[in-house]
Amino acid sequence: MSVASQDNAASVGRVGRTFVYLTLLLFALFYLLPFFIMLVNSLKPLGEITGGNMIALPQDWTIAPWLSAWSTAQIGVEPTGLKPYFWNSIRMVVPAVVICTMIGALNGYVLTKWRFRGDTIVFGLMLFSCFIPFQIVLIPMARILGILEISGTTAGLVLVHVVYGIGFATLYYRNYYAAFPTELVRAAQIDGAGFFQIFYRILLPSSGPITVVCVIWLFTNIWNDFLFGASFASGDAAPMTVALNNLVNSSTGVREYNVHFAGAILAALPTLLVYIVAGRFFVRGLMAGSVKG
Amino acid sequence: MGFLDINNVTKSYGAVEVLHKVDINVEEGEFLVLVGPSGCGKSTLLNMIAGLEGITSGEISIKDRVMNGVHPSKRNIAMVFQSYALYPNMSVGKNITFGLEMHGTPKEEREKALKDVASLLQIDHLLDRKPGQLSGGQRQRVAMGRALVRDPDVFLFDEPLSNLDAKLRVDMRTEIKKLHQNLKTTVVYVTHDQIEAMTLSTRIAVMYDGYVQQLGTPKEIYDTPENVFVATFMGSPAMNVMPATVEMIEGAPHAKISDSEGNHVTLAFAQDNLADWAGKEILLGIRPEAITDPEAADRDSNRIEKLANRVGVTEPSGADTFVTMTLGGKDIIARMRADTTVAAGEMFDFAVNMEKAVAFDPKTEARIKP
Repeated sequence: MSVASQDNAASVGRVGRTFVYLTLLLFALFYLLPFFIMLVNSLKPLGEITGGNMIALPQDWTIAPWLSAWSTAQIGVEPTGLKPYFWNSIRMVVPAVVICTMIGALNGYVLTKWRFRGDTIVFGLMLFSCFIPFQIVLIPMARILGILEISGTTAGLVLVHVVYGIGFATLYYRNYYAAFPTELVRAAQIDGAGFFQIFYRILLPSSGPITVVCVIWLFTNIWNDFLFGASFASGDAAPMTVALNNLVNSSTGVREYNVHFAGAILAALPTLLVYIVAGRFFVRGLMAGSVKG
Repeated sequence: MGFLDINNVTKSYGAVEVLHKVDINVEEGEFLVLVGPSGCGKSTLLNMIAGLEGITSGEISIKDRVMNGVHPSKRNIAMVFQSYALYPNMSVGKNITFGLEMHGTPKEEREKALKDVASLLQIDHLLDRKPGQLSGGQRQRVAMGRALVRDPDVFLFDEPLSNLDAKLRVDMRTEIKKLHQNLKTTVVYVTHDQIEAMTLSTRIAVMYDGYVQQLGTPKEIYDTPENVFVATFMGSPAMNVMPATVEMIEGAPHAKISDSEGNHVTLAFAQDNLADWAGKEILLGIRPEAITDPEAADRDSNRIEKLANRVGVTEPSGADTFVTMTLGGKDIIARMRADTTVAAGEMFDFAVNMEKAVAFDPKTEARIKP
């Protein structure tokens, strides 16, 4: 294998390699351009943007737009900035991700190591939930939240996201645990470990990679959700995405593009951070179980 | 009643019965090996003893206590798995004491038990490592340590050596035997390797197709196989089985076989009651080591028969030379001394030890008992 690939590398030659790197560089720049524009313009006074050149670096560097977006910008009728909504999102995402991951892991454990009659059907139905479009459940969900008296609250949003997230979390953990040797579970049974002891002591400690995948996936999806946030929690309980929309839409005359850019980056920052911190485990976890050894 | 009793145990999955009325009594300190080809039900039976699989009908009891429906952890058994099943997230020491911890043994006792077992198996220096950092042989030792530390009534081994390379397998085999000799524990051991079965066991149960074909000491199994399956499964190379006709010559039963030229040769049986089969077809079974050159023939045997036949192929293996010839229309293997002078294609006078020959009923394939 290695000999063959060296041969290939040699035969591509210097010109070919330069071409490859140039192309890659070009694409990288292309993908980075929007982010660059956002960043640059969020650090300019408004006058420089309306004055024309969006791509130029700021002549007058300022973090005022960031401060404004965070704490004083007009969101709807209140000049609160995005701060309270940022914490709304955190209060929504963290419990939802934790609950989903725990239930998903437990589901995966039961569906692979404590098989029962009809378990594949149960799993199939759970998978089905991954593919139901959000719009379809809006009205029934609104009704249920109403009955539970948590409509318009962060708790309501947590419930909605947990319900949607369990399908994916179960899928991840089931496939991961399917490759987990059943002999280990049997050995633990003989050793006298019970249902939950086997789960906590044997399976969970070996679930690092898939947990990272699951958490990144759920965190990103739930943080970025707009539809459920806008439908079930507008007003004080609105999550970051909805607040960002309101920030952009509620103008007091002048459109403060620099503040909007800063707000958009703030809204994207947590998911970005999660990727940077845990991203290298992401691919590793996705591959786990698919290839043996 | 024995120490471990398996009484009329059957196992069905839906309508399919995979184990049929298995009946084995194991005495205390015995080393019982369940041997058979894949799918014969030997692992299923072991899992039923362990409590990992339910019993469809019949009864399994250990120390006169019926175990049907008793949780695996409450049977006072320990099991060594084929993949060793070491917990990857725990250190070797933790792996070994996990069972004790789950059974609520105090920490000091656990530490002491761990120390004893570790020094017995010479794994003291590995206790802080993770299973992933161990070699195959070391993992095997840890797996045995985990079983030993519990001081169980019965040890269950599920093909514990099949993941090791050939040399290590032989070493570990000896070590398991030593361990059993020292500790005198009761062992049920599953394998598909008939040499492991022969070398380790005090008794063997040969299984095939969900039936126990024969239960007996290694010598009984080897010398007096109950049927053609047992005869050909045990032993390497396998027992030669060829069609023959019983013919009475001077009042004594002989086996009439066609040789490589198509001529009939006769070999006198040592088994007198075969006179009842005069004129009928039988299957004649002769182990390779019972066909030798005349100089190497067993001097204690009262019935060495001469057999002139053409040599087909010779295969020197170092310790022995295997000689293949055609007899009764089958390829027959003889096991000769390493420095025998047999040459391929030539006629040779073989010596057949007919005291070791067995005869089978061609219809039922069961042995015709003397």
